[in-house]
Amino acid sequence: MKVIQIDKSELEAGLGKLEKAFRLIGPVKEKGYHLFKTLDSGQKPDLDYMNTRLSARSILYPQSEVMFEFSLDKADEQYAILREPEKDSQPRAVIGIRPCDADAYAVVRRNFDTPEYKDPYWLKNFEATTLVGLACSTPCPTCFCTSAVSGPFSDKNLDIMLVDNGDHYLARIATEKGEKLAADAGWQRPAEGAENRIEDLKLAAEAKIQSEISTDNLANQSLNDLYEAEAAIWEPEAFACINCGTCTHACPTCWCFDVQDETYGKSGFRMRNWDSCMYPLFSLHASGHNPRGTKTARVRQRFMHKLKYYVDKFEQGIQCTGCGRCVRLCPVNIDIRRICNKMNSYDPETCSCAVTS
Amino acid sequence: MIPRHVAVQSRRDRIKGVIVHNPYLPYPVRIDEITVETEDKSLKTFKFVFLNPGDEDNFAYRAGQFAELSIAGLGEIPIGIASSPTEKGFVKFTVFKTGKVTSYLHAMKEGDVMGVRGPMGNSYPWDLLEGKNVVIIGGGFAFTTLRSSIVHMLHPDNRSKFKDIHVIYGARSPGMLLYKDELMAWAERDDIHMHITVDGTDDPDWKYHKGFVPAITEQEAPPGTADTYAIVCGPPIMIKFTQPVLDKLGYGHDQIIMSLENRMKCGIGICGHCNIGKELVCKDGPVFTLEELNKTPKEY
Ligand SMILES: Cc1cc2nc3c(=O)[nH]c(=O)nc-3n(C[C@H](O)[C@H](O)[C@H](O)COP(=O)(O)OP(=O)(O)OC[C@H]3O[C@@H](n4cnc5c(N)ncnc54)[C@H](O)[C@@H]3O)c2cc1C
Ligand code: SF4
Ligand code: SF4
Ligand code: FES
Repeated sequence: MKVIQIDKSELEAGLGKLEKAFRLIGPVKEKGYHLFKTLDSGQKPDLDYMNTRLSARSILYPQSEVMFEFSLDKADEQYAILREPEKDSQPRAVIGIRPCDADAYAVVRRNFDTPEYKDPYWLKNFEATTLVGLACSTPCPTCFCTSAVSGPFSDKNLDIMLVDNGDHYLARIATEKGEKLAADAGWQRPAEGAENRIEDLKLAAEAKIQSEISTDNLANQSLNDLYEAEAAIWEPEAFACINCGTCTHACPTCWCFDVQDETYGKSGFRMRNWDSCMYPLFSLHASGHNPRGTKTARVRQRFMHKLKYYVDKFEQGIQCTGCGRCVRLCPVNIDIRRICNKMNSYDPETCSCAVTS
Repeated sequence: MIPRHVAVQSRRDRIKGVIVHNPYLPYPVRIDEITVETEDKSLKTFKFVFLNPGDEDNFAYRAGQFAELSIAGLGEIPIGIASSPTEKGFVKFTVFKTGKVTSYLHAMKEGDVMGVRGPMGNSYPWDLLEGKNVVIIGGGFAFTTLRSSIVHMLHPDNRSKFKDIHVIYGARSPGMLLYKDELMAWAERDDIHMHITVDGTDDPDWKYHKGFVPAITEQEAPPGTADTYAIVCGPPIMIKFTQPVLDKLGYGHDQIIMSLENRMKCGIGICGHCNIGKELVCKDGPVFTLEELNKTPKEY
């Protein structure tokens, strides 16, 4: 892997060159919070940020997206026949995505890209996107990425990783897509001995991570035992939850969606919209029966899915990159770190958890 | 707003140079025939023909699978396939009128165009059932994929692959039985044991059983030998009282086969709506053995 040096003063000029071949997306600050936006020509991404309030999920998977369109005009030959709309297939680059959000793409890809079915919308966006990540030198206090499936310097799902090194970035180029982007931007200056420096910065960043979770026993636990741990885990944890869905909407590794048709005059659209297992409607049958009719059942679903069903199904660790967003944003302090530790240490013999914080 | 007039695209697209199919795109179909099935008109059977040549072959299915019926502007609903793979030239679904999409569908007319997406799910385990006695137990309107199975097994190409076939099927009243003409015709045959029942009737000419499905199962079902399998579909209350009967008759939990329904959207294991534990009802199911269900949370 090649490491180059990009002076901070050169960054803007390079991004300017990229505008020809790429739609650039980066963090910008609006109303006090950072979010990912398509940058206007000449607009600089704000790389002096901790993390975006909502995750980078929407870059590949918009919160609301047209799947098909159709005519509801009976005179139209194609009346009521669904067709795919034309989508933007232009190459795009995300500048400054954090490693945890890029690792989240690998987590959700297992859902969207299966041997039997490929989700064309997600996959086409993924293919068109080059990820220029920004390593975290100062992680937030709620981050626990090092014990989830990521880390402050994790570049296993980045095309280029930028590491802040004072007046310049060290840029480690990991893929062909990354090579191409660096060449297009005119970033070519080799950085001698940079690997050692990156390693030092990485260790320093990892040492700053203040919290961790234990996941080593999750796969060994019996699924039904954890499911049935109402008194030890689910009832006390769900007690304060208001089923607002904030946790699922902020999360980079949640992927559930609803499908709804919308009509406008004589045209119609089949849309998909992010959905949340925290909402009662998510599982409601037409008969009125609801298999997850209580909020305890819904809270359990969210955590069992991330920390047990996913673990058992894919055998690639938990469905959480430790970004800490749900911890920061939950209005009633429901904390996945505590729940994970409880699940990991649950003892079905005594129906209790050895670790409760 | 997205421009309305874009070129019609093919259903295939390229990802990494590889041509992939958009699994969310329904096949366009025309409603060829609508049959009112029950006296209260709450159930209708819709017979569809595919508009594009080739789509019928792409839709090749097995009994026990389901599909998403798509109505532009209303949405999609998962419905079990009621026709049998041995019936060519059309697909059939029997739909109970209950909410938004099903009510609209009930008001549609022969000749109208809509969509079918699928087939989906795993089907009944036909490889396993070969050479076995098959006991079909159904109640109410959950008889649709069971009809598909019976027609499949009775086809001259297939009948010799199965030993004894028993069918126990019940509804509230004679007028609420699905596929009544076919039921009566099967009852006249000697290669299938039909045990039709109704909860009650005033009809003096009713020549079949009276009583609930669990009771008729107890009287009529063969004992649960090693090569006998039961397929059970019906309302929860029927399933609840039938299971102890099957236990008593000696059926192992791996010999009791059931088909689940959960709220669904995508039908292909991606949207996350239908899970029971780590299983997705749409993709890993909807057919499970009782033994498998004993290992999952009861979220259905
Ligand atoms: C595998 C499977 C096979 C089925 N087979 C049949 C059949 O053969 N005949 C039949 O009449 N019904 C069948 N159903 C039930 C049928 O799907 C629902 O009755 C139907 O979705 C209700 O839609 P609605 O728009 O009229 O109701 P609404 O209550 O208005 O529903 C709105 C939306 O919720 C979802 N939804 C609601 N209830 C259900 C449900 N029980 N299952 C799945 N999704 C639901 C659908 O996406 C629906 O569009 C089956 C369900 C499943 C999962
Ligand atoms: S579950 Fe919470 S900490 Fe984990 S990835 Fe989602 S938002 Fe981040
Ligand atoms: S953010 Fe907190 S209160 Fe809201 S649904 Fe999630 S866990 Fe419940
Ligand atoms: S219906 Fe979408 S995952 Fe099963």
